[in-house]
Amino acid sequence: MKKKLAFAAALLAASVLSGMANGKTLVYCSEASPANFDPGTTTGGNDFDASSRTVYSRLVEFKHGGTEVEPGLADKWEISDDGLVYTFHLHPGVKFQTTDYFKPTRDLNADDVVFSFDRQFNKANPWNGDKYLPNLTWDYYTGMDMPKYVAKWEKVDDLTVKLTLTEPNAPMLANLGMDFASIVSKEYADQLAKDGKMADFSTKPIGTGPFQFVDYQLDSVIRYAAHPDYFKGKEKIDDLVFAITPDATARIQKVLAGECDIAPYPNPADIGTIKANKDVTLMDQAGLNIGYMSYNTTIPPLDKPEVRHALNQAIDREALIKSLFQDAGATPAENLIPPTMWSWNKDVKADAYNPEAAKKVLEAAGLKEIQLWASDRVRPYNPNFQRAAELIQADWAKVGVKAEIVNYEWTKYRSEGKKKDRPGAFQIGWTGDNGDPDNFFATLFACSAIGVSNYSSWCDKDFEDLIQKAKKTNDQAERTKLYGEAQVVFQKQAPAFLLAHSQVYAVVRKNVSGFMMDPLGIHRFDGVDKAE
Amino acid sequence: MLKYILHRIALLIPTLVGITICAFAFVRLLPGDPILAMAGEHGVAPARYEELKEQFGYNLPIWQQYARYVGEVVTGDFGVSISSKRPVLEEFKTLFPATLELSFFAMIFAMVLGIPAGIFAAVKRGSWFDQSLMGTALVGYSMPIFWWGLLLIIFFSGYLGWTPVNGRIDLQYFFKPITGFMTIDTLIYGKWDAFRSVLRHLVLPTIVLGTIPLAVIARQTRSAMLEVLGEDYVRTARAKGLSSARVIGVHALRNALIPVVTTIGLQVSTLLAGAILTETIFSWPGIGRWMVESISKRDYVVVQSGLLLIALIVMAVNLIVDVLYAVINPRIRAA
Repeated sequence: MKKKLAFAAALLAASVLSGMANGKTLVYCSEASPANFDPGTTTGGNDFDASSRTVYSRLVEFKHGGTEVEPGLADKWEISDDGLVYTFHLHPGVKFQTTDYFKPTRDLNADDVVFSFDRQFNKANPWNGDKYLPNLTWDYYTGMDMPKYVAKWEKVDDLTVKLTLTEPNAPMLANLGMDFASIVSKEYADQLAKDGKMADFSTKPIGTGPFQFVDYQLDSVIRYAAHPDYFKGKEKIDDLVFAITPDATARIQKVLAGECDIAPYPNPADIGTIKANKDVTLMDQAGLNIGYMSYNTTIPPLDKPEVRHALNQAIDREALIKSLFQDAGATPAENLIPPTMWSWNKDVKADAYNPEAAKKVLEAAGLKEIQLWASDRVRPYNPNFQRAAELIQADWAKVGVKAEIVNYEWTKYRSEGKKKDRPGAFQIGWTGDNGDPDNFFATLFACSAIGVSNYSSWCDKDFEDLIQKAKKTNDQAERTKLYGEAQVVFQKQAPAFLLAHSQVYAVVRKNVSGFMMDPLGIHRFDGVDKAE
Repeated sequence: MLKYILHRIALLIPTLVGITICAFAFVRLLPGDPILAMAGEHGVAPARYEELKEQFGYNLPIWQQYARYVGEVVTGDFGVSISSKRPVLEEFKTLFPATLELSFFAMIFAMVLGIPAGIFAAVKRGSWFDQSLMGTALVGYSMPIFWWGLLLIIFFSGYLGWTPVNGRIDLQYFFKPITGFMTIDTLIYGKWDAFRSVLRHLVLPTIVLGTIPLAVIARQTRSAMLEVLGEDYVRTARAKGLSSARVIGVHALRNALIPVVTTIGLQVSTLLAGAILTETIFSWPGIGRWMVESISKRDYVVVQSGLLLIALIVMAVNLIVDVLYAVINPRIRAA
């Protein structure tokens, strides 16, 4: 009898569940399965595509297709003159998603905002530790130095939240647009805690974003439906499906066969086929990354800027980029930040290839031998460190400098490479987090980053003054000017050889409109439409 | 018989210990500090590093780490995935039916084609059919699965459009799994069109995963058959004037199948190894792909426990084959 009942229940469930709503369905062939659906606890771009960018919203958002910050759940905000107090005014009447596992009884309020951050650092919050999920590390919250800068989050009234900092920090606003800063529902969390089902918070998400979660079949398919009460208006597509397809060739075949509408990250080898196909468009953009090679500026003769410039001039950068990135291509880097980021200084140009001039300087400086570091890992900004090292070695040999290639496994490579007294030239790179120039300049070349991620051990007073000043002011025009000047100093001092910003691709079917490449490397489906 | 089975099980214990040591050592011998590897470009502050090391138990002496690991495994605790934070065993249980279903069809495919082809080749020994079949089998056996899978996708799905590129079922069908076997679930729900969609999705991965076992089974059947066809009792049967079909089908085949059954049992490990590549190409949500993704995510807990679980299954299948073999052939029991 029990079996029969179960069977009948299953049949009932089937009749309810089978078949999609009759509407527009957009299928996105994603590259990997999400770790879970709580963006505070995950770190991968594919995790964020599946959670923060679909289900959730934040106080502030990045402009679609850009890195500028615009209003999100907060309609407006004030920053105190000393740059220490941020007051956010929440959009009234923002609805959380109603699903078969949660029915909200109230709109978004300040409690949700405070809870969303408190759970990430307050050890006394039951959602901070093992009660929720085992081995939680809150990587982004700590990685972005939030514990250092945030003094407290406070509810002023239902629609007003106050954030107090320990010291002025202009990039804070951009941090609040990042995925880890997604706003979750406190009411939902309380309900799960009461029911003893806290782990469900990471598998059945509830947010205020454009799409609501419907179902996830492990490693296979994620289903979402448009959030009918989305505060920026219901999306044009009714159903959003992530078909998880890890193999790049299969992913592209699926778009070409019309089994999915959008697919990211094609193989460089398939770029030709994609361009030749009339049903799809290949979209591309310089990624929010930089591949570079740091000289240790404290060890003679590399302490002289002219020697570093000469080493740069000796490298045939165009040939190097072509050989490394092949058909996928890459944008040669003129500055440390990519051209898609605000404050990029268009007047600054990297050193041009000039082996004759380089040879003279290097001979005069007596530079005969140098260490050239390479690792085994494929990185987005450099697909092959070893190959790059060999090509640079050959270029330098032509100007009379013998390079010895030093190899280490990736984790040891970085721990050895960041030591202050590491000799020679060290290949490395960076992928940006929040689209703020500070995330490149200060993270990679601030004096305080020596021994951490300033692989050039470079501490230049002019540069340091500019970037610290830019960090402390909230005036965007002023910051743009300061970072523009910092780029001039950087080019003059040449603490590193700048390689390239790798290109990021997506393949989109022609009947899809509104999809944009995002400099932050995320994939957003709000504003996307599809012609039948 | 019981004594024989117990003896076989006893023999598995040292293997099992060996596997736990291998799985444990393998993860620790991989280059790179697991905590630094997880941290990515950001790196991790020294204080935080020590904290994480303690949290994951990497600060203990290596033998203590091993003892702790074995202790957990024995109590059925296979750990919690570093990336998804879900219990490894739970993920394994969710994904294993997909692998099992695909392997089952691949094996059926290999047997249904391999056994008759092997018999026919043996009977027509030296003919053009025999020679071309054995040549093809050699090619099949040496086929790089990854290349073969992509080739089939590009030709049949991309160029001809006959089969779906990958996945288990068309996206428009959506139901809660009951058994996890799509072929069975769609039938329970009574959805015939969904069932057909499942079969269509099975075609290419089945062929790709079944290719190597097919080649092995065809060759094994042929050589076993040839040996049996030369036996006295077959000659006697022919001399009695029995029809050729009866001689081959009844007298020869039954005896020739004994080594073939062993071969089929051994192919289970080939199938699980092949599943790693096949599932990755065809986005098949099974344990092979799960392992690949976990390796790329440096999810050491999943890799370690996944290896162990897969090894347990292979051992269990081998045990079953050994027992079946003893049932078919009583001489084994005595030995």
